[in-house]
Amino acid sequence: MLKEQAVVVVAVINMRISSILSSFAFSFVFIMCLLTLNVVSGSAEAAVLQEDRIDVLYHSYDGGGMNIDGPSILLRKKIGETLAVSAYYYVDTISSASVDVMSTASPYEEDRNEAQLGLEYLHEKTIIDLSIRQSDEDDYLGKSINLNISQDTFGDLTNLSLGIAYGDNEIKRNGDEIFAEQSQQYRLKFGLSQILTRNLAMNLNFEAVADEGYLNNPYRTVRYVDNNQPAGVGYQSEVYPNTRNSFASKISASYYLPYRAAIFLHYRYFSDSWEIDASDVELSYRQPIAESFEIEFKVRYYQQTQASFYSDLFEYRDAQNYLARDKELSEFDDITLGVGLTYLVPSKYSFGDLRSEASLQWDYIKFDYNNFRDPTAGGGIGTEPLYGFSANVIRIFYSLYF
Amino acid sequence: MFTSKKSSKKTVLLSVLVYFSLLSLSGCSSLAIEPWVKPYERQNLADPIMSTSRHPIANMHVAHVYEARESSRGAEGTGGGGCGCN
Repeated sequence: MLKEQAVVVVAVINMRISSILSSFAFSFVFIMCLLTLNVVSGSAEAAVLQEDRIDVLYHSYDGGGMNIDGPSILLRKKIGETLAVSAYYYVDTISSASVDVMSTASPYEEDRNEAQLGLEYLHEKTIIDLSIRQSDEDDYLGKSINLNISQDTFGDLTNLSLGIAYGDNEIKRNGDEIFAEQSQQYRLKFGLSQILTRNLAMNLNFEAVADEGYLNNPYRTVRYVDNNQPAGVGYQSEVYPNTRNSFASKISASYYLPYRAAIFLHYRYFSDSWEIDASDVELSYRQPIAESFEIEFKVRYYQQTQASFYSDLFEYRDAQNYLARDKELSEFDDITLGVGLTYLVPSKYSFGDLRSEASLQWDYIKFDYNNFRDPTAGGGIGTEPLYGFSANVIRIFYSLYF
Repeated sequence: MFTSKKSSKKTVLLSVLVYFSLLSLSGCSSLAIEPWVKPYERQNLADPIMSTSRHPIANMHVAHVYEARESSRGAEGTGGGGCGCN
């Protein structure tokens, strides 16, 4: 396809998605007005805020040459019956020697710190939730603000929720003092929870996300055939479009089994203006074991198509306006098998006789790439074996209710 | 061409959205809709074993891992929210 045609097609897609976003924004404002009216008019029965709790977690991700681990803490505390505050802190300690790093760069280590503060306000059957978030790395600073409003309605069989978020990111490049880029992100969310029977509840979630600005990874390169090089391959920086619009829809169901167990199913469909279509489906099952344990099993499958400007090996330098060789933009699928065990700590062994739980979750994830080759595996340029790897993800956490 | 296929999917999603907007309109106008599952019949649904937000701190980590490794984003219904980690 000619570059001019490609530009026109991308413009048409962007216009269509912009129109969807406008409609979505209109619906958002419309429903927000209705909910506000309901807040003012008041309702007969009141909802309640979630109970006070503190969660402390250690997480670890190990796979594909990357090792990421660190602690995390989440605190929720009510102030009276109508107000609650929350604080969240999360640390990633990253040690990376992944396949794309090993083929063109050196292994690196870095930290990422994330902090969130939230405020929830309950009025009758409406909860308004405002939060701010900051994520900080050596070469990246992300700040965002979130506003959500949710409302019980239809005799509390239905819960409607709406959310809006704005994020601002500053991107730097280590070792390059001059490099400084920015990007912005806008999110609109809509959720509906519905009780269908005394044992079955369903959820619908929709979310539109629009990004603009510098969306590349500043370090990553693409490779192209270059017979002037001894290795037969040359490298140049990735070039991404300056906008990305996406829309995701998810349907979930939770079903209570008669012997006190629960089964959860969800399906999500995603598409974006980079022509990535993705879907994932997850089935999980949870049941008690004796009086003090709960066990959970999970299986999840995900697949996606590639971005329109992705290629594992371009035919020559500057082959297209936009260039990417990020494996996360290629065509691939992954499968997750997970198991979790929770110990309901008897109050006599817990802090101050408070209720608490200790949990361990382990996920095994296997990724298989359909058009991303492993340059470190040998073979001729463009005929190396396809890449794939598996990761083990572990979470150990303790939750105290007070 | 792919644009028409994408367009029809978006139209379906938009219709669903409009439908639920109208649904919320009828709810807000205080129509006396009888809940078919009474409050006292909801003990199974209220059981902690049925809670998808039972472990919020773990859900946030799960969403973070998938968002870093996959292109898909949004509509998780739980944590998440983007990061620059690659």
